[in-house]
Amino acid sequence: MKGRPEGVAAEIEARPVVLEIDGVTHFFGNLRAVYNFDLELHHGELVGLIGPNGAGKTTVFNLVTGVYRATRGSIRYKGTELVGLPSHEIIQMGIARTFQNIRLFSNLTVLDNVRIAYHPHAGYGLVDSVLHTKRFREKEAEMAAEAQEFLEIFGLGERRNDIAGSLPYGLQRRLEIARALAANPRLLILDEPAAGMNPQEIDELMDLIHFIRDRFDLTILLVEHRMRLVMNICEWLTVMDFGEIIARGFPADVRNDPHVVEAYLGRQAVEIR
Amino acid sequence: MGQTVFRPAQTGVMLKRRNGIWLNRFSQGLFVLLGLLVVYVLGRAFFQNPSVFVQQVLNGLQLGFIYALIALGYTMIYGIVKLINFAHGDVFMVGAFTSFYAVATLDLHRWPAWIFTGISDGVMMLIGTVTVIILTMAVSATLAVVMERFAYRPLRNKPRIAALITAIGISFFVEYFGALPFVFTNNYITYPRPFELSVFSAGMIAPWIIVAVWVFFVISVIAYVWLTYLSRKGNVQAQTWKRHPLLQFGLLFFGFMAVVLTLTGVEIQTGGKVWDLSASNVTLVIMGGSILLQVLLQYVVSHTRLGKAMRAAAYDKAVARLMGINVDGVITATFALGGGLAGAAGVLYATAFKQVHHLMGIIPGLKAFVAAVVGGIGSIPGAFVGSLIMGQTEVLAAGFISTPMRDAVAFSLLIVVLLVWPQGIFGEPPAEKV
Amino acid sequence: MLKRMKPSVAFITVGLVVFVVVQVLLSVGLLNNYWRGIIFWGAAITMVSLGLNLIYGFNGQFSLGQYGFYAIGAYASADVTWRWVRGDPSGLVVVLAGTLLALGLYVLLSAFLRRFYGVTVMTRFAFYVLATILAFAIAVTVAVPLLGPVFTAVLGVLPAVVSQQIVFLLALLGGAALAGIASFLFGIPVLELGSDYFGIATLGFTIIIKVLLDNTDTILPFPEMKGARGMIGIPQWTTWPWVFASLLLVIVVMRNLLHSSVGRAIVSVREDERAAELVGIDVTNAKILAFVVGSVFAGLAGGIRAHDLAFLHPQSFNFIQSFNPLIIVVFGGLSSMTGTIVTGFFWILLLEGILRLVLPTGFETWRLVVYPLILLLMMLLRPEGVFGRYEIPFLRRAAPPLPSKADNDGAAKGGVPQEGAA
Repeated sequence: MKGRPEGVAAEIEARPVVLEIDGVTHFFGNLRAVYNFDLELHHGELVGLIGPNGAGKTTVFNLVTGVYRATRGSIRYKGTELVGLPSHEIIQMGIARTFQNIRLFSNLTVLDNVRIAYHPHAGYGLVDSVLHTKRFREKEAEMAAEAQEFLEIFGLGERRNDIAGSLPYGLQRRLEIARALAANPRLLILDEPAAGMNPQEIDELMDLIHFIRDRFDLTILLVEHRMRLVMNICEWLTVMDFGEIIARGFPADVRNDPHVVEAYLGRQAVEIR
Repeated sequence: MGQTVFRPAQTGVMLKRRNGIWLNRFSQGLFVLLGLLVVYVLGRAFFQNPSVFVQQVLNGLQLGFIYALIALGYTMIYGIVKLINFAHGDVFMVGAFTSFYAVATLDLHRWPAWIFTGISDGVMMLIGTVTVIILTMAVSATLAVVMERFAYRPLRNKPRIAALITAIGISFFVEYFGALPFVFTNNYITYPRPFELSVFSAGMIAPWIIVAVWVFFVISVIAYVWLTYLSRKGNVQAQTWKRHPLLQFGLLFFGFMAVVLTLTGVEIQTGGKVWDLSASNVTLVIMGGSILLQVLLQYVVSHTRLGKAMRAAAYDKAVARLMGINVDGVITATFALGGGLAGAAGVLYATAFKQVHHLMGIIPGLKAFVAAVVGGIGSIPGAFVGSLIMGQTEVLAAGFISTPMRDAVAFSLLIVVLLVWPQGIFGEPPAEKV
Repeated sequence: MLKRMKPSVAFITVGLVVFVVVQVLLSVGLLNNYWRGIIFWGAAITMVSLGLNLIYGFNGQFSLGQYGFYAIGAYASADVTWRWVRGDPSGLVVVLAGTLLALGLYVLLSAFLRRFYGVTVMTRFAFYVLATILAFAIAVTVAVPLLGPVFTAVLGVLPAVVSQQIVFLLALLGGAALAGIASFLFGIPVLELGSDYFGIATLGFTIIIKVLLDNTDTILPFPEMKGARGMIGIPQWTTWPWVFASLLLVIVVMRNLLHSSVGRAIVSVREDERAAELVGIDVTNAKILAFVVGSVFAGLAGGIRAHDLAFLHPQSFNFIQSFNPLIIVVFGGLSSMTGTIVTGFFWILLLEGILRLVLPTGFETWRLVVYPLILLLMMLLRPEGVFGRYEIPFLRRAAPPLPSKADNDGAAKGGVPQEGAA
């Protein structure tokens, strides 16, 4: 089974493949969390992964980012096998993610949160750090300027020296996305970005996601179980339940798929615009 | 925005890597070799002088049973409040001193003789000792509860380190307050046993006793196996009876007694040399008492409402609270139970080694903690098994590697276990929600 | 006036003043031997505590092992100089050659291991241990007969004063390096465990080191260390300039490290290890780095202390003592270098120095009752420590200056759609 639906525009089909998840199955001991999962993402797509709570969506993310090592199957990013690599290497290859519950470095400043993402590419080493050499000072100034510019894009420039934990919830979410994008990833995985938001905030989030996709030339994989966001923003969807894919296709089709409706017991249907 | 500075490394730059599996096999081979070396050293010691070796094994068993009582407290407290109670070893120490005062100053172990003048020595000592142990357990349980109430509870919602530092602080405080001249002083004090020591070796135990013990053991085993079989076939009655504390007590008690009595009471010969093994009634008291207390604890945990509440709170405190469980009370009860057991351990330890000292709790406490980790922290059977392993390791190392190294080997065991098997024998791997 | 200077200038000024004042007081004799010992001890404890501050306060790894590394640095450097003043260069050669060889092998090994995937932690550990054994085996067997005479000759040519300082420097560095190697090897497998278990493992390490110290003349082949009876005859080469320089080095290195990208990575591990890993930080690397650097500080402190006391006793490194740096760091403020430094000196100067003189003889027994009570009160009332997160300006991580406002096309165009109410 292919990892994409039929009927996607030819122009998108022609684009290079960014992420391939191929026959991935994962067990936690005797518990099967994910079974035979396929996904193929092309450059620039904005794709959703939905399903009821406990369906295994976040587990898929964790498998891609190396938090768990897939029991079976293969995950390839631009052709390179990810299974078995440590998380930080996977991230350094150009994948970034956000978390369901915001995991900022809450006691550090906004600026530091972003600057930490620069660390793997800081351009200087241990000796420079200890001696504060000229190269150190130059690179530090560059990173600080870069981070400042970056924050201003997200409207957080004024707040650069505020402690991250003191920001209001909406700005924390934004900072988390900013931090994820700081190291210029090619693939962004958003894990329930609309958690805890009201409909108006979700509309703003949708604009933000479109903005970053265009501005930073990203491919985005989104996990959500709030229909409002998913139906309006994703090009196509994969639906999971109990670790398996139960449906895949365009939002309009998936919405009416009886398996999907059953999985959600129709509760979320009222949220769809 | 110019993003030229911080572009991530392109994927093509990732080096072609080879599978490191042979490296892993090589290092595993090294560790296996090390293990074989240890086995060789021990095996050689055994064959050179089997009776000395087995005697050490018996000593290790005795020590393990004492550690088990301390380890249970650590494991229960960690299971429920995720705190390593550094002060637990000092509860053990206070227990030892309490029994010291009861026996040496108050002569409490003789109280039956004051009331029933015609009572035989043996019965008097039995009742008296049991009384002393119970009294000690009450005192140490109280101490543990006081610690919890005044030092740990206020810090329940503060960062973990605060509770840890507090535990360390309490530990020091109790130790050095005890060192003050008007408390325990900082001397090594000789401890008078509450009962007469009687050592027995080959030929001194009436054969019928040994046979009786074996018979009881075999009966228990048969009963256990039968009930297991029945419960596999779906018989629910059998399932509950299988876990009955009396059965467990019988199995463990008679099992260990059978081994010890046989080894010491029966004349064993290898290659013409008679084995010279001895045990004392101290050993029997320690084993019997430890098994009894552990079985009682297991009963409380698995067959009472309090026990159920403890297990629920250990699993998830917030939800337990929502279920109507008085979590604060459960925590207090856990500390009381753990403290009581540690106090009993103190009496038994002092009886075995005839000495009390204000710092006596530190090293055994730490070793018991290591034992709990080895067995899987948070698991009650784990604490027992881990302690037996710990006791054996320590005594065998002291006997056959070198006496000063006993502590080093004990803590090396900790490091080895943490590396190879971090969740311990009966433990669950830590779950992390990402 | 200090406030108007640049922080580094203010720091240097204060430092110079302190140095000169203490030096003068010592030379003139206003500070007698007792106080000299107290000050040197305070500096040593502060260095050890700063190491723990880095490992635990900034990196979040609860370590009780500092005294183990303190002991390694003390005994190693002491052995080097003990042998040297008796005409034996073997200690010096082994420590230097062994360290350099080991470091070289580590670099090679690291490059080699990088070419494989799926290498387990235990495998890594095994290989690094083998490399270390190899390095020191070569040092003992080959380097000593070859280089020993060279060292003796070269250093013999120089005036005694100069050669003494050189040997002392090498001994201190060697002791610190050995502590670093030990912490590196120990850290590889152990840092993978969670913070709690790591703490217990380091406690085990300290106990094991203490047992080894007690048996240096029986199980280990160092008869001059005399096991549990204590090592005597160490040349008393520690002077105020050495102490001051060492402490200054530790403070500056730690500060510079923390004020860099590496430092941010280290702190991010404390904040949220999983998130740091998923932002691309090599968490294991960061932990090992902080652990090794912190242990090297302790090793250096040990060398300083050993050559001040002129004798070493294993009892001073038992694991009860090993709680001292923890108490100091927690009391002063976990995330505050300033707090650690002040508390370190305060601890020794006030509690050990002044109180011991002022209070009657009951002090000895009562102090270990009072210390924990103070600690307990701190935990109940102010768990973040006396200084909390406060730092003197030099040590404070300052916000970098804003880039010039000349290019202001960032905010208005191409910016994120602004929100209404957050």
